[in-house]
Amino acid sequence: MRKVMTGHKAVAEAMRQIEPDVVAVYPITPQSEIAEYYAEYVHNGIVKTELIPVESEHSAMSACVGASAAGARVITATASQGLALMVEVLYVAAGLRLPIVMALANRSLSAPINIHCDHSDAYLARDSGAIQIFAESAQEAYDYMIMAQKLAENAKVRLPVIVNLDGFTLTHSSQVVETLPDEAVKDFVGEYDPPYPLLDVDRPVTWGVFAMPDYYFELKRAQQAGMEAAPEAFLEIQKAYSELCGRPYKGFFEAYKLDDAERVIVVMGSTAGTAKAVVDELRDKGERVGLLKVWLWRPFPRAEIAEALAGAKAVAVMDRAISFGNLGALYLDVVSGFAGRPGPTFVNYIYGLGGRDVPMEHIAEVFEGLKEAETGELRYLGLRE
Amino acid sequence: MRRRGCTLAVELKSWKELPVGGVIPGGATPELNKTGSWRAKRPVWNAEKCVHCLQCWLHCPDNSFFLKEQKITGIDYDHCKGCGVCAAICPVGAIEMVPERGGGR
Amino acid sequence: MVEIRWHGRGGQGAKTVSQILAQIVLREGKHVQAFPEYGPERSGAPVRAYDRISEDEIRVHSGVYHPDIVVVIDETLLESENTTEGLKPDGVLIVNTSRSEEEIRKATGFPGKIIAFDATKIAQEAGTGFPNVPMLGAVVAVLGTEPGIAEEELRETLSHRLSPEVVEKNLKAFRAGYDAAKGVYVGG
Repeated sequence: MRKVMTGHKAVAEAMRQIEPDVVAVYPITPQSEIAEYYAEYVHNGIVKTELIPVESEHSAMSACVGASAAGARVITATASQGLALMVEVLYVAAGLRLPIVMALANRSLSAPINIHCDHSDAYLARDSGAIQIFAESAQEAYDYMIMAQKLAENAKVRLPVIVNLDGFTLTHSSQVVETLPDEAVKDFVGEYDPPYPLLDVDRPVTWGVFAMPDYYFELKRAQQAGMEAAPEAFLEIQKAYSELCGRPYKGFFEAYKLDDAERVIVVMGSTAGTAKAVVDELRDKGERVGLLKVWLWRPFPRAEIAEALAGAKAVAVMDRAISFGNLGALYLDVVSGFAGRPGPTFVNYIYGLGGRDVPMEHIAEVFEGLKEAETGELRYLGLRE
Repeated sequence: MRRRGCTLAVELKSWKELPVGGVIPGGATPELNKTGSWRAKRPVWNAEKCVHCLQCWLHCPDNSFFLKEQKITGIDYDHCKGCGVCAAICPVGAIEMVPERGGGR
Repeated sequence: MVEIRWHGRGGQGAKTVSQILAQIVLREGKHVQAFPEYGPERSGAPVRAYDRISEDEIRVHSGVYHPDIVVVIDETLLESENTTEGLKPDGVLIVNTSRSEEEIRKATGFPGKIIAFDATKIAQEAGTGFPNVPMLGAVVAVLGTEPGIAEEELRETLSHRLSPEVVEKNLKAFRAGYDAAKGVYVGG
């Protein structure tokens, strides 16, 4: 069904259809309405979920970890400082291989305090061990929330999955979203079958072990195997979901007019939509420009992205967060795919911090800027000098 | 590779052999890990002085008091670490901490 | 693509009607975005909301800088806000006012089409008190949207939160706003 809804509502709808056993959330702008919608569903008896209203995000993730270890299907949502408070326990969730799904309404980190969009919060959790997916639109946020559930619970993967959607730009903006019938979603995600439920008293199990230097390393290597299994599972899930919804989800990234492109932008999130419109305009003028929109950020598909960019002359990698003291994290990710071999010229653009708007003119400026560029350059887009 | 752990001789496993998330299926890890060997002082329980108030059983952090039909019957020296909480809490002085003379139990 | 900017004050329902408009044009089979501008929100503070409407999929996620239609729900904003900023010269300015079109032109300096009508009075006469709904009617007229489709959507949406009696009053107010703007179209 096609409806006009905000990104919040799209995420809450996906959650309603998945109907997890437990949702533990603490409200924070710009995520609050996800929690509010879901609380309403619970209150009205539309879902049987146990909603745990906790006193902080640290507790939210702790409750999620406990519930997930117990064998429950668990979803949460947060943003910004909330994720910062949660991140200690997010590492625990990943280390324990708990398939917790989280919607992250991307927002900047303090100081200065700001409620608007950038990707600092996602970057903060970059090395947490959570899989991270970025949505371009409310539609993609809805679709990936559903796919994330299967990805997280895949037997070989078993990791937390974060679905990123740009705060305000996607969360608070009403867009046309096509939802699936409830039954289709329920069939798609299926029943959750936890391998070692803590509450199964007939099969006792010890969770949260202490590991000395003789085992910690091995357990961390085994955790990496979950990440290594994720790409294949991601593609399989995309394929099955595309057949279900009719929207083409294929690959770790979306290649937009990339085939013969000389100048290319690599970007994540809603800015990719704006960039597509600019690519169309410039293509009409005969300019060979293209876009690579990253869906799957962790694990990072560096080989596939390198292959897709190999024919380009110059690439602008756009990071919506500063990695203080170095080039942007996405930039380094993309460049790593070319380690030791020749590739295009790579420029890093930092953009859109704290909700700084990214109009089409700025994207056009990036494409123009690629005509003269040197690898390793760090540029700031839309900044007053 | 063979190596001696603190209480057990164990075969260290490859990362590929470990259960997901490092869980230990079957639980019961205390059964395998005999923490009694860590003890420097051992509690000695005097059955005649004991009034079975169960304060020792309640406070023991290692669940090392044997209990049968609401009565203390002895101490699990395989797991008692010798912390002395039981001796401190006992209202009738029925538990005495004595130095270990080596040899575990 | 048609872009619309709504000016109102917190509590006047600018965001609400921008979203209802999105639902109306979806019924027409068009693509749409509706989003408010967020700052420190409080009742009475100037707020802006936006709509983007297109026959094709809308991918742009930036702000609206050059609207085709500007709607001013609260007349006092003409003095405190630059309501015609970026408004295309061939666009339409719709103002809730008791003043005449000429007076609004003088006040704003906008050279294009101006629709000036008293939406507050319409709302009072209809018994709703909220001028946002007649302003929505005017926008629907300017967009050339079939009023029946809009009324159907309005009835359905408002029925979720209002009594049938109040819904009918709103529909009356909507229709009066529609009639006030009928005959003026955006871009043509």
